[in-house]
Amino acid sequence: MSFEPKIVGFLCNWCSYTGADLAGTSRMKYLPNVRVVRIMCSGRLDPTFVLKAFHEGADGVLVAGCHPGDCHYQNGNMKTLRRIPLLQRMLEQLGIERDRLRLEWVSASEGERYQHVVNDFVEQIRKLGPLQLAVGKDKTATA
Amino acid sequence: MAADKLKVAMYWGGACGGCDVALLDIHEMILDVVAVADLLFWPCAMDFKYTDVEKMPDQHLDVTFFSGAIRNSENEHVAQLLRRKSKVMVAFGACAHMGGIPGLANFYTRDEVFQAAYLDSPSTPNPDRRLPQRETKVPEGTLQLPEIFDTVRTLAQAVPVDFYLPGCPPNPKQIGLVIQAAATGALPPRGAVVGASDKAMCEECPRKKKELKFKEFKRRHLVHPDPEQCFMEQGIICIGAATRAGCGWRCIGSNMPCRGCYGPLPHATDQGAKILSAIASHIDSEDPAEIDRILDSIPDPAGYFYRFGLPMSLLHCKQRRQAP
Repeated sequence: MSFEPKIVGFLCNWCSYTGADLAGTSRMKYLPNVRVVRIMCSGRLDPTFVLKAFHEGADGVLVAGCHPGDCHYQNGNMKTLRRIPLLQRMLEQLGIERDRLRLEWVSASEGERYQHVVNDFVEQIRKLGPLQLAVGKDKTATA
Repeated sequence: MAADKLKVAMYWGGACGGCDVALLDIHEMILDVVAVADLLFWPCAMDFKYTDVEKMPDQHLDVTFFSGAIRNSENEHVAQLLRRKSKVMVAFGACAHMGGIPGLANFYTRDEVFQAAYLDSPSTPNPDRRLPQRETKVPEGTLQLPEIFDTVRTLAQAVPVDFYLPGCPPNPKQIGLVIQAAATGALPPRGAVVGASDKAMCEECPRKKKELKFKEFKRRHLVHPDPEQCFMEQGIICIGAATRAGCGWRCIGSNMPCRGCYGPLPHATDQGAKILSAIASHIDSEDPAEIDRILDSIPDPAGYFYRFGLPMSLLHCKQRRQAP
């Protein structure tokens, strides 16, 4: 069976979720692999959410928020801009490729950009393959 | 031995023995403990055999303090044995609570650990390149060693745990209070963290705080920090924002930043993710290239943020995948 990536998308309420909505209402077609979770601001994204998504079986995590300078809460997206690279470094140490976590800026008017980002990210994860967290809490699970 | 005294056991799994020393460090309070409790099993301090425990009826012990992580099959076997013999099982110290320092081995596989410890280590002469074996045949018969597991687990990942007493090691004063509470039946509902505060270290920290902005991260052993000012404001990573208070500021008071041994705050699932969030959001830049440069000054983020808690964290260990 071919591999269909499971991706969790955290989209900010004010820009990216509305942008995704625009893509939908404009009848733009894009790959159906992203499960969207609406958050009020990309700055609300607790890094725990990303770890939990991977822990529960996601192959990739997409985070999208307002463009720098456009944040509804002034600077929430700037906090995300700083957190994601550190989280990527930490994920890599934990055996999860940094490319499985992606941060994008999508405004409310950029339905087309959302379509492009999703299609591109799904293909990127498809190339990386399934995450298959091999080791759980079992005592002797060998590599 | 008075019948109404608390029957207590203290055991060490994958541990350094510091927790046993912490129990001795309660000093004259040990007299109060002996007044209310009998120690029926404490291999670190007195001569006991596992058969002593096996002979006890089930639920004979009132409280077992289990320190150390579950690293090998012996740790697991004794954890199961003591669980059966005890009414209350307490995960004692950071290793039993969260995996602790031994849990850092979860960044590697068992084979990698053996390679480093027995083959590559320059201070370990091993010309025959021998590795630990579970069974060795000698003329007198077969000798057995416990099996080292591929990943380190917390006590609760091996047996059901009633209480968690955090710390590396737990603050002796808190240990004394918990034993007193156990003797008087004043323990909180099962599953609770005892001997610690529900507040963050930062909230109780006596250091002066003004404004937090990172232009560069500094490593503690390369600087002389001001003993009165917040470590984070001096560019030194301190895990206090994501760690329970209750330790008595032993590190902070010795001019060392908090390393996080008291574990995550109530309702926080992943201590490492929480401190990552707190630290990264205070980086003083909005330029991705500069942010990257600033982050380069944290050489080992995962090791630092999960120093005591990798086995308890959401991902548990470094993920390995079979080649497709």
